[in-house]
Amino acid sequence: MTAGTGGIDFARQLARQPLAVWLLALTAAVLFSATTEDLLPWAHKYPRDWVLPIRFAITDFMKWLINDATFGLFTFKEMTRSVSWLLDWPLTAATSLLSTGLMRGQGSDAVQLTPPLAWLAVLGVLAAMGHYARDWKLAALVGGCFLYLAMFGQWDSAMITLSSIVVAVPIGIVLGLLLGVLAYRSRWFGLAIRPVLDLMQTVPIFAYLVPILFLFGFGPVAAMTATIIYAMPPMVRVTMLALRQVADEIVDFGRMVGCTRRQMTWKVLVPSAMPSLMVGVNQVIMLSLNMVIIASMIGAGGLGFDVLSSLRRLQIGAGLEAGIAIVVLAIALDRLSQAFATRSQQMHHERPGNWVLRHPWLSFALAWTAVTGLVGLFLAPVQTYPEALQITTGSFWAELVKYINVNFFDVLEGIKNFFLLNLMIPFKRFLLDIPWVMVVGLVTLAGWRLGGRTLALLTFTLSMFIAVTGQWEKAMVTIYLCGTSVLIASLIGIPIGIAAAQNRRVGRVVQVVIDTLQTLPSFVYLMPVVMLFRVGDFAAMIAVVAYALAPAIRYTAHGVRQIDPNLVEAGVAAGCTRRQVLWKIKLPLALPEIMLGINQTIMLALSMLVITALVGTRDLGQEVYIALTKADTGRGIVAGLSVAFIAIVADRLIAAGSGRMRSRLGLGQEAGAR
Amino acid sequence: MKGSSVKLSCRGVWKLFGPDPEVFLARHGHEPDNESIAEAGLIGAVCAANIEVREGEIFVIMGLSGSGKSTLVRCLSRLVDPTAGEVIFDGQDLLRASEAEMIEIRRHKMGMVFQHFALLPHLTVLGNVAFPLEVQGIARAAREARALEVIDLVGLKGRESYYPRELSGGQQQRVGIARSLAVEPQIWFLDEPFSALDPLIRREMQDEFMRLQNMLHKTIVFITHDFDEAIRLADRIAIMKDGWIIQIGTPENLVTAPATGYVAEFTKDVPRAKVLSAASVMEPAGGDYAGEVATGDKVADIAARVEAADRPYAVVDDSGEVVGRITRQAVIDVLVGRDSGNGVKP
Repeated sequence: MTAGTGGIDFARQLARQPLAVWLLALTAAVLFSATTEDLLPWAHKYPRDWVLPIRFAITDFMKWLINDATFGLFTFKEMTRSVSWLLDWPLTAATSLLSTGLMRGQGSDAVQLTPPLAWLAVLGVLAAMGHYARDWKLAALVGGCFLYLAMFGQWDSAMITLSSIVVAVPIGIVLGLLLGVLAYRSRWFGLAIRPVLDLMQTVPIFAYLVPILFLFGFGPVAAMTATIIYAMPPMVRVTMLALRQVADEIVDFGRMVGCTRRQMTWKVLVPSAMPSLMVGVNQVIMLSLNMVIIASMIGAGGLGFDVLSSLRRLQIGAGLEAGIAIVVLAIALDRLSQAFATRSQQMHHERPGNWVLRHPWLSFALAWTAVTGLVGLFLAPVQTYPEALQITTGSFWAELVKYINVNFFDVLEGIKNFFLLNLMIPFKRFLLDIPWVMVVGLVTLAGWRLGGRTLALLTFTLSMFIAVTGQWEKAMVTIYLCGTSVLIASLIGIPIGIAAAQNRRVGRVVQVVIDTLQTLPSFVYLMPVVMLFRVGDFAAMIAVVAYALAPAIRYTAHGVRQIDPNLVEAGVAAGCTRRQVLWKIKLPLALPEIMLGINQTIMLALSMLVITALVGTRDLGQEVYIALTKADTGRGIVAGLSVAFIAIVADRLIAAGSGRMRSRLGLGQEAGAR
Repeated sequence: MKGSSVKLSCRGVWKLFGPDPEVFLARHGHEPDNESIAEAGLIGAVCAANIEVREGEIFVIMGLSGSGKSTLVRCLSRLVDPTAGEVIFDGQDLLRASEAEMIEIRRHKMGMVFQHFALLPHLTVLGNVAFPLEVQGIARAAREARALEVIDLVGLKGRESYYPRELSGGQQQRVGIARSLAVEPQIWFLDEPFSALDPLIRREMQDEFMRLQNMLHKTIVFITHDFDEAIRLADRIAIMKDGWIIQIGTPENLVTAPATGYVAEFTKDVPRAKVLSAASVMEPAGGDYAGEVATGDKVADIAARVEAADRPYAVVDDSGEVVGRITRQAVIDVLVGRDSGNGVKP
């Protein structure tokens, strides 16, 4: 009894001495690792015999699901196959309209009944949408983007990609909205879906491509299913958040006029939340585009397939052209959807007059489509962009790469070796040398210090999962790559963020650059990196840094900007120099926000790491990628979960730390820059 | 309005926030005091509230922020479920009503105006005002006709196709008022309807509100944190502090006999001439009179006459009987805010 209370007292005292705890723990850890190498070898390297066969269990479960699982009337596989049959309809319709034309018959016997929409029709309609949503400038931008696709010979692939996007996006939005509404209305569903969403957003996409492949087969429909699964979670989250943010008074009003639950949801809450919901719509579009290349691994054609196949054949020029085409498409759709979002917040009065006058844009679009369609029957250039006028830059890029590699080889190699030898390799060695028991212990301790027993239990369980599934070394390589990337991204991003917040003009430029960077699909970052640094850890790191830089900048700038100006004035009044204001007032107050930015950077870095497996890293990403090529469900999911768990542990620890810091600084609990 | 029937009342209504408030109330026999509430870690938003709102009166609930007035009005409309007590509306206990019954009652018998207007941003003025009728399933033509009537009533004719964001605050609240009147409610809740408006607009809206009430004679529960507003509008006022109702009475009652120092603090700066009636400043009858005033006449309204005369005025009640007299000195005392020693303390 006394020993017990003594222990608790000791723990309480420790809890009041934050530094002492860490010093104690670190000393113990160093002593431990220095003395026990030979004594307790199992504590240093996780023994192979102790690995639990979880991945085989998952593979078996998958086999059971496909072969034996049944709902009585129909099997599980029949269900997924009928879903894919159902999804095939809209996809075929969209493809016919945009790409192939209406066909009769199968395969090579197919006869084209009507041609697809003329390229001028598609261009005109999208430009009209741009004008409807904002102004002539947007119309010109969107029209220009599509003209680019035609001129650079990417039209056909782009239309295949676009047709899967126009089907996947609405489905993703509607499903996300419905799930979000359900989570808002039912408490238990809301609680249950949260961890699922966490996993869906942190498990790398590759990991669930294999099960999708098994359940939905190989082809455009399976690819579209993967896209929907990938793009939907943010919509669910945004919906939950947007509905919760509807003013209490509006909710009270809805109840006071006697709305039923259904009326409340669809007539009061959802319309009131529309501006916030549009943010989710934009996210779904961008994530769907981000998925284009990855989806081509399980059968999506179009631009993604072009990029992937040229990347595999190392045809940098062709790959880059298709990659840029994806970016162009992404920019057009992003700006368009953002314009629709702002438009939904403005007032629009009904126009008087007949139908055509009331719907000028729609009338134009219909008329334009009809005219171009008819003229196109006789005048081929109206129907398809003439091949003679196409431009290709493939050879230019190939020449450029050759030129750079010939003339700057030494410089580039020097940079690469410097980083590898001085930073990356030592760090990697260090991580691989620490006993796994110690890492688990420290992570658990951090969980306990920052978030109490629950968090400690979570961090312990998740890190143990990585050990018992035999992923420890690969996980350490992942952490090393992620860690160096995040470190460098922070070293670059935080100063830029501070500069952007201090100086209005810098801020504006930085904003444009970040917005563009975030529009780029992750794959696109790989291409220039591979061109310059070829394959390996360094190339991977550069790609990860470039991809994950944006949140570090964005959150830092937001954190510095949102500081109460009175505090800054108080500092100036007290005679602080600019430097002192920055270091003594702004940075400490912005720190919680900066930490959230670093958190986001880590999340993006991890998601990018898996993709960099394509350029030859030896981490969990590679494990997932190998599983994909070997169609090994269990291996992929176990490795994918490990990545997800690293992300979740980092996220929870940082969020807890940032939350404590916020409350200590007396800042509000709400977090987040957008 | 005296003698008219009670439209809405609540008895022993409690709203406690915190862990297991029902158990706590039962343990204290539904009469806990402030200390035991605080000890149990609970927050008493509404404590033992008893009020009766009579047919056709304006009942104002006045209190500073955090006094529980908003929670009380939400208990009355059952937007918030009270921890204990009963709320009787038209003889029916609302706390026992099913969800479906509540929907029916709210659809047809209740209207509410909100502090921040709570207009739906995606609907025009017409759409907003017609919304309560739309919820009831009334056909478009009929509901829009009715909506146009009330829009006209609040003076927004010609703005039907505007969106809320295109209107000024005062205009938005006119929409809120029109919307709450569209269903012809029997009880009208106004939750700090003018607090978000500029002082000048607030004044204008109060006049507008009185104009409407003189036409419609609704039974009204009006929430405010502004004592002047309460005095201006109320037939009766309930003053709340820390969840408790400390006094209920007419404006004149509160001014002449404040229950606590807290109430007196509010009434200190009230222009008494506008609140006090002849009855409360009269002295025993006697002598001859320059003329007659009614017991209910406000001092401000009769001051000029009484001052100009060289003899006192007789104060007569409803039946025409002389019940006292009012002297020039008494009127001047009230006007300059001097204590005349007959129960009116400054």
